[in-house]
Amino acid sequence: MIKMTLNNKPVALDVDPQMPLLYALRDELKLTGTKFGCGAGQCGACTVHVNGVAMRSCITPVSAIAEQAITTIEGLADNNGNLGESAVQVAWREFKVPQCGYCQSGQMMSAAALLKAIPLPNDEQIIEHMQGNICRCGTYQRIKAAIKSAATHSTVANSVTTDLAGMNNGVEIFDARQLANKKQGA
Amino acid sequence: MNSIENVSRRGFLKVAGISSGAFVLGINLPISTAQAKSAAALSHELNFFVSIASDSMVTLVCHRSEMGQGIRTSVPQIIAEELEADWQKVSVVQAKANSKYGSQGTAGSASIRNHFTSIRQIGAVAREMLEQAAANIWQVQRSSVKAEKHFVVHTTTGEKISFGELASHAAKLTPPGSKKVKLKNNADFSLIGKDIKLVDLDNIVAGKAQYAQDIQLPNMLIATIVRPPVVGGKVLSFDASEALKIKGVVDVIALKPRSIPVTTNPLSGVAVLANNTWAALEGRKKLKIKWQHGDKASHNSSEFSKKLAKKVNQQGETVATKGDIYNHQYNDKNTLEATYTVPYLNHTPMETPAATAIVNGNKCTIWAGTQNPQWAKRNVAQELGLAKDEHDNIELNITLMGGAFGRKSKADFIIEAVELAKTSKRPVKVIWSREDDIQHGYYHSISANYCKAELTDNGSADYWISRNAYPPIGWLWDAEAKTPTDNQLALGFGDIPFALNNLSIEKHAVDSFVRPGWVRSVACINNGFALGSFVDELAVKAKLPTRQMWLNLLGDDRHVDPNKNNFKYSNYDLDLTAHPIDTKRMKDLINLISDKANVEQKLPENQGWGISFLRSFGSFVAAATKVEVVNNKVTVLEMHTAVDCGIVVTPDRVKAQMEGAMIFGLSIALMGEISVVEGKVQQSNFHNSPVTRMNQVPEMHVHLVESDAPPGGIGEPGVPPVAPSITNAIYHASKTRIRDLPVNKIFTV
Repeated sequence: MIKMTLNNKPVALDVDPQMPLLYALRDELKLTGTKFGCGAGQCGACTVHVNGVAMRSCITPVSAIAEQAITTIEGLADNNGNLGESAVQVAWREFKVPQCGYCQSGQMMSAAALLKAIPLPNDEQIIEHMQGNICRCGTYQRIKAAIKSAATHSTVANSVTTDLAGMNNGVEIFDARQLANKKQGA
Repeated sequence: MNSIENVSRRGFLKVAGISSGAFVLGINLPISTAQAKSAAALSHELNFFVSIASDSMVTLVCHRSEMGQGIRTSVPQIIAEELEADWQKVSVVQAKANSKYGSQGTAGSASIRNHFTSIRQIGAVAREMLEQAAANIWQVQRSSVKAEKHFVVHTTTGEKISFGELASHAAKLTPPGSKKVKLKNNADFSLIGKDIKLVDLDNIVAGKAQYAQDIQLPNMLIATIVRPPVVGGKVLSFDASEALKIKGVVDVIALKPRSIPVTTNPLSGVAVLANNTWAALEGRKKLKIKWQHGDKASHNSSEFSKKLAKKVNQQGETVATKGDIYNHQYNDKNTLEATYTVPYLNHTPMETPAATAIVNGNKCTIWAGTQNPQWAKRNVAQELGLAKDEHDNIELNITLMGGAFGRKSKADFIIEAVELAKTSKRPVKVIWSREDDIQHGYYHSISANYCKAELTDNGSADYWISRNAYPPIGWLWDAEAKTPTDNQLALGFGDIPFALNNLSIEKHAVDSFVRPGWVRSVACINNGFALGSFVDELAVKAKLPTRQMWLNLLGDDRHVDPNKNNFKYSNYDLDLTAHPIDTKRMKDLINLISDKANVEQKLPENQGWGISFLRSFGSFVAAATKVEVVNNKVTVLEMHTAVDCGIVVTPDRVKAQMEGAMIFGLSIALMGEISVVEGKVQQSNFHNSPVTRMNQVPEMHVHLVESDAPPGGIGEPGVPPVAPSITNAIYHASKTRIRDLPVNKIFTV
């Protein structure tokens, strides 16, 4: 039994410890907002937060996230402390970012993690942190604009409520192996 | 012809959860469905398209499939416009597959360009019935009442009755003929041409939008399939013993062998069925399969491309002709010849194909994202051996598609789910991995195009030859098919709009080795690349700005009729009078993009602008790209598209499609390539089959031309001019002419 916190609620999973978190979320917990895109950590459609950091759930075994706090798109709004949607989701609506929408959960999760780490990112920082998320419909221009808008609207709130101490300045996209290694090292 | 019926009092409405007193119109041809409250209860045999409940809530059906183009907003938007409905009181439900809707095939950028009028008529019929109901209540002529924003108003007294109050009265009336109703004047549009709230935006942003991959049913098995690596290959034998030892794997099933012609059937192979996706994927790794590859294993795409290039340098079979090319003595000094090649390309939608099926005797329920619901349903009926009157035993629920680009027109993945659900006697969801998607696609055909022309003294050209050679899509159904049909040759090839006195357009016969398919803009990809590149090459040779060469070649303002060149021109199934090949619109657009992007500005030595143009799917699109080439690396600095697509329904979605087309065109031009060795696709995932990422995307601009012309298509026409605008820009920046895509064969991108 693997225990974790999922969208602020305790969850216990009785699955193969090697099962990637993506399939545990979708098949076992029926949380289908997190998407399959490549199964190889290359496209970002499956991005979730582990302790507030963006992570590719398709290559993250559930064993690696035991006792960690997971946030999926379904919990993004609550986790940012907003009653309604997160600043990122508000901006996504404002700029009508989605076309087919399939990659957008992952895009929003990556964007929210970026803003948590760098509240006012410049273009280079946005590109650096978002280039792991593929959108085949081609919404990149709007994603960039939406991130900038979310940044300016949420900076005040974030600076008060978000504990940035101890976090990396950049947003790291961890894969499971990195995380497992870190745990072993600790 | 529409046959709109008043179905308000049919017994089936109660079954579908529609409250009594609702006014409901159904249809027997072009359009859709609707119902009042419970969308989920919509029964698949119902064919209604608009329902007005007594509380005034309007439910409209979208009968066409959503893949990101925004059609689930645009179709109801058009109905609501003519209905005079308040958009705040409109909800939308998705039609199931039902032949009564007429075409549900969402392809060829056709939804609005081909169905604009019939969709409007549906709203107008409902509006006239509501007006008639109000006139009856007030006992006045219908001419003295008028529907306005969800009410019918008495124009002299100002009295008004809500749609909800009128519903039960309208429900008793006979609909007027759809051709008899008066449609609104364009000047009176209040929804068409406005950006309204997108129907699926909230769900997508909340992560609640449901795609085919997301279907979850009780007792469902998840299936992954190992397909023959070579098209036409067969399973000789397999060993499932290790796979079956994986915890969660329930069964391993060999799919039935399939033969050539491949049609839209599955490719066969061996399926692993499990309780969860991970177990299915782990089981798949343990399968041991011996294949018989068949004769397509001789195929090598790099050699084949050279063979096609050689072919198009020879005279081919005539497609269109004018004047006399072959008795002309070309002046070598003024003559230009060029051969262009484009590799196989894959759709690669972010959501890989997926479908879920339950088969119970001769009944079947399916959930899938499909661009062609009725065709899929016929395919499934054939698979299950159902008689014609049993086709409605199949309930096909249409989910959102996480991208499609033509891939999801083909029902192979749906038939796979049906075949496995029938065999396993449990609900089965078939999921494709990214590797499956890239290695077992329906590819845009590998191609070669050839152009030759002689410059004239007045800065134009004549004695024009265009040839192409590529495996035709017809091979899917006919293993002997070797050349494209006239319909396919109408895509930016037989419809050349230039003022030429001497012209020969020719095709070549070509063998097929992999499954061909329609990829966003289809043969306009290769034909548009050749045309747009060649015009730029002619301009360079004539020492003219590329804009000027386009204007000179297009010549006087006129409507071009390709039929006059003995080519049977289909004009994307549009009437050539209503949707002419209008050289004035073309020249206006080329001038617009050249001015907006300022393409003739002086640039640093290693920078260049490139432009191109193509009319396709009834719309006119020009593209301009600025690049920099330094140290063998191409950086795209700025991109523009200008589009004249006639009347615009949802402007922001037109803009979004153009933005997407620039990104899609970037992928094709810079990196797009599926290569085949011994019949097997070499690429497997995004690391070796890259698509555009954010770091490659420049500043982008869309210029939308206001027009009252009938609407053209929008999903595809943005794509064709993009790739040549990029390679032309690369030439002007570096003097390196790229005639063989993709760019990354020569430059770092």
